[in-house]
Amino acid sequence: MLDPYKIREDFPILKRKINNHPLIYFDSAATSQKPRQVIEVIKEFYEKHNANVHRGVHTLSQEASELYENAHEEVAEFINADGVKEIIFVRGTTEAINLVAYAWGLRNLKGEDEVLVTLMEHHSNIVPWEMLSKINGFQVKYVEVNHGETLNYEAFEDAISNRTKIVCFSHVSNVTGVVNDVKRIAKTAHDYGALTLVDGAQSVPHLPVNVKDLDVDFLAFSGHKMLGPTGIGVLYGKREVLEEMEPFHGGGEMIREVSFNSVTRRCSISWNDLPWKFEAGTPNICGGIGLMEAIRYLRRIGMENVRAHEEMLTEYTMQRMQECRKVKIYGPRDASVKCGIIPFNVDGLSSHDVALFLDNYGIMVRSGFHCAQPLHEIFKLKSSVRVSFYIYNTREEIDRFVEVLKEIERF
Amino acid sequence: MGIFEDYVARIEEACGEERDFIVVFKYDKKGEVIAKILEKARIEKSISRVIFELTFRNVSFRLYGTGKAIFRNLKDKDELKNVLSDLLL
Repeated sequence: MLDPYKIREDFPILKRKINNHPLIYFDSAATSQKPRQVIEVIKEFYEKHNANVHRGVHTLSQEASELYENAHEEVAEFINADGVKEIIFVRGTTEAINLVAYAWGLRNLKGEDEVLVTLMEHHSNIVPWEMLSKINGFQVKYVEVNHGETLNYEAFEDAISNRTKIVCFSHVSNVTGVVNDVKRIAKTAHDYGALTLVDGAQSVPHLPVNVKDLDVDFLAFSGHKMLGPTGIGVLYGKREVLEEMEPFHGGGEMIREVSFNSVTRRCSISWNDLPWKFEAGTPNICGGIGLMEAIRYLRRIGMENVRAHEEMLTEYTMQRMQECRKVKIYGPRDASVKCGIIPFNVDGLSSHDVALFLDNYGIMVRSGFHCAQPLHEIFKLKSSVRVSFYIYNTREEIDRFVEVLKEIERF
Repeated sequence: MGIFEDYVARIEEACGEERDFIVVFKYDKKGEVIAKILEKARIEKSISRVIFELTFRNVSFRLYGTGKAIFRNLKDKDELKNVLSDLLL
């Protein structure tokens, strides 16, 4: 088991007081806090190695390029990809999904084709497909969830057909924390010849993820939810699928050659190798290096230990919250089928009221739809409060949280 | 600067089916803001100066000791600004 008290020493922000109370950060599903190792590597990059990558022969450019390429390698090892050619750095999960939608979907989806999406998705895995369907005219079909809790696998298996070209779903729900059976969905999708796109924003930071074992075609995740900086994320794609795809953005870095033909008076262009074909322009070099350090930090702890710690916290929280008579928890009560996310409401108060009340005591939680309005509509909820945990949270923080919840119930 | 700009740092239209307006008052003026509002609005209930449920001209809202407030059932931001301007005058 990991020691959260030792880990907390690495997170300077956790020493802060908010409204004269020690900071309790229960909003890691929105973004995680950053350890000093990540903060220092960012500082060191700008102080010692800053230069553009793949652009110069000088020493600094070589150093920056090596660090940036090492970052791709670190990510590949972390999720067991087949090397850096399968690792594309993007701004975050949203951009990764949009990359697939526009670079793959724009050329491969039309007419009677169908895209299957679940109703537990974050808006970032719904909106790009709806937008694209308005251009290309294919159908977006939605897979039901069981009373807003787990994915309805039977409904998925009924909905999929030979018209399905891609199945898009989250590994872990950002509202309930439910862990979906990726292997089962991927196998069914492949049986029908469809690709799979997994939103790993809430899974890759919290549990061991092995893309070969899961057998997914695309996996999208964000650096900032896993101790890294904002503005950096990853699209994993199977090499053979990425090789077939045209680029997403055009510009520098993603080309091998741009040659002007004086007869046709047009430029002929050839693409760079993977993954650079999909990384147009100057990338977020420092973000990539920060993400590498974040992954090294997580690997030292061990993802099995991360998962076990969060399961323990989730179970303890749900058990303690039962002491609150006006609190209603949504989603499964079994901590072993979910990650460290608990949505709830307090009878008679809006989610924002609860969040502001907790804020008064230095407890940071999320309120609203959490960018998943369809799932809230299934729950028949106007909004919800969400607590979400990470490696630095403790049982003592949960005790304090429950104490404050009991205080708010008096209102 | 008007009264509104003097005291209000930010207004957020909260996400969720309830289209609440969350008003964040300027941090260095929160004590003054809370005093002004409590003088003008009727206190319906409160918990140890952490949260106040208040009514002002048939508009009900909640004020927090941290210098934030939630207004609901208002038509739009203009109506909110009018209410706030009168409360903070």
